Amino acid sequence: MRNIFLFIRRYFNFILFLLLQGFSIYLIVHYSRYHNAVFSKTTNQLTGKINEQYNKVQYYFQLKKTNDSLVTANKKLYDKLKADFALPDTSSNILVDSIKVDSMERYRKYEYYPAKVVYNSVAAQNNFIVINRGAAQNIKDGMGIIDPNMGVVGIVTDVSKDFAVVMSLLHKDSHISGKLLKTGETGTLSWDGKTPGIISLTGIPKNVKVAKGDTIISSGFSTSIPKGMLIGVIEEVAADKSSGNFLIKFKAAANFYNLEYVYAIENKQADNIKTILEKVKQKTQ
Amino acid sequence: MSSLIKYFIRFALFILVQVFVLDRIHLHQMVTPYIYFLFLIWLPFNMGRTQQMLIAFLLGFTLDSFHHQPGFHSAACVLIAYVRPFLINILIPQEGADTNYNEPSFTSMGGILPYMVFISVLTFIHHAWLFFLEAWQFGNIWYFLVKTLLSTVLSLLLIIITELLFVRKQKFRTNTV
Repeated sequence: MRNIFLFIRRYFNFILFLLLQGFSIYLIVHYSRYHNAVFSKTTNQLTGKINEQYNKVQYYFQLKKTNDSLVTANKKLYDKLKADFALPDTSSNILVDSIKVDSMERYRKYEYYPAKVVYNSVAAQNNFIVINRGAAQNIKDGMGIIDPNMGVVGIVTDVSKDFAVVMSLLHKDSHISGKLLKTGETGTLSWDGKTPGIISLTGIPKNVKVAKGDTIISSGFSTSIPKGMLIGVIEEVAADKSSGNFLIKFKAAANFYNLEYVYAIENKQADNIKTILEKVKQKTQ
Repeated sequence: MSSLIKYFIRFALFILVQVFVLDRIHLHQMVTPYIYFLFLIWLPFNMGRTQQMLIAFLLGFTLDSFHHQPGFHSAACVLIAYVRPFLINILIPQEGADTNYNEPSFTSMGGILPYMVFISVLTFIHHAWLFFLEAWQFGNIWYFLVKTLLSTVLSLLLIIITELLFVRKQKFRTNTV
């Protein structure tokens, strides 16, 4: 027993070194566990506050770009206005709805919340974005995030009171499904950790006609992101020798370098779908 | 100014500069300089190794919480804090020279060469271990090597500029009272 204590005392520094290294590597490997820990909420809240202060300054330098992107987004919305289309409807009998209650509200499936980006990274192997909207402002885990021009940015993975952490598409664990606009085949997105903005799409069989310049949109299979949001434009198509699939590289629609404003999308039916899925799981067990 | 406050301000400044200035640099989308660990290099000679490692872990963990992925920088910082005392023992010119000055610098290490070796080795170890932990999950050895070497060169350049800009005046202390 005495020898053990002597040993520990003699090699205390080395043991402490191994312990701290082990703990760090444990944190790296078990990221998702850290994720749910209470202290990540506190650190997120704290770093979020500091990031917000910095962003207040940096925001002014980006005003022009932000304004431009908002104008294009607005233009897109104006183009969709019903008043701009001359419908050949002769039976129209104009009725004015005088009830102030929005009767469509209970059929609403998606709701959009604007949020400002306070922290953004592109250089790391796993990138995150922090937005200044948290649990107190209706943000929940698993909500999708898009930029003002409807380009998919990522998915919320962690929420504190006033801030939310978004796992961007430039993250090795980010596996959103994407769909070819032309033919409708779906595949899975993954990022190799090298060039920001260039992402690969796997799982598209070789018999599908794919060409450079084709558009990839979101599939809408998950509860996070609605169907038809822009994901990217194909840059390069190569055949994967080991499988019968294409290896497609595409340029992301969202510009991850200068994100300023984003929209969080709430799916009002998400809970509904989850309960059904859980029921099915219980039945099969 | 008490040294505790000095170290506290230094800690905060290094973290803020790293997060808000240097993390936004990505030359050719692969090279990002790191200088925040200069805080560890500048720790006093007479500090215990246990404290050094704990401080290193705290420094790394603070930066990690800004990056929202724990572990990477903590591991790299703890490693250089562990290696640092061995290096000082090897590089210090004569016995007892580390009691004459408070912190490692060009003068206290006895010239430009020993100090340059000191910071280069620590920078290289830090970057190699950091990128190794990151690349581990991707597994591309050439990319890893090139990234480590280029980042080390860029970080060293910035560290030397920092040393030249912020000259730390140190008193010569003798152990003869």
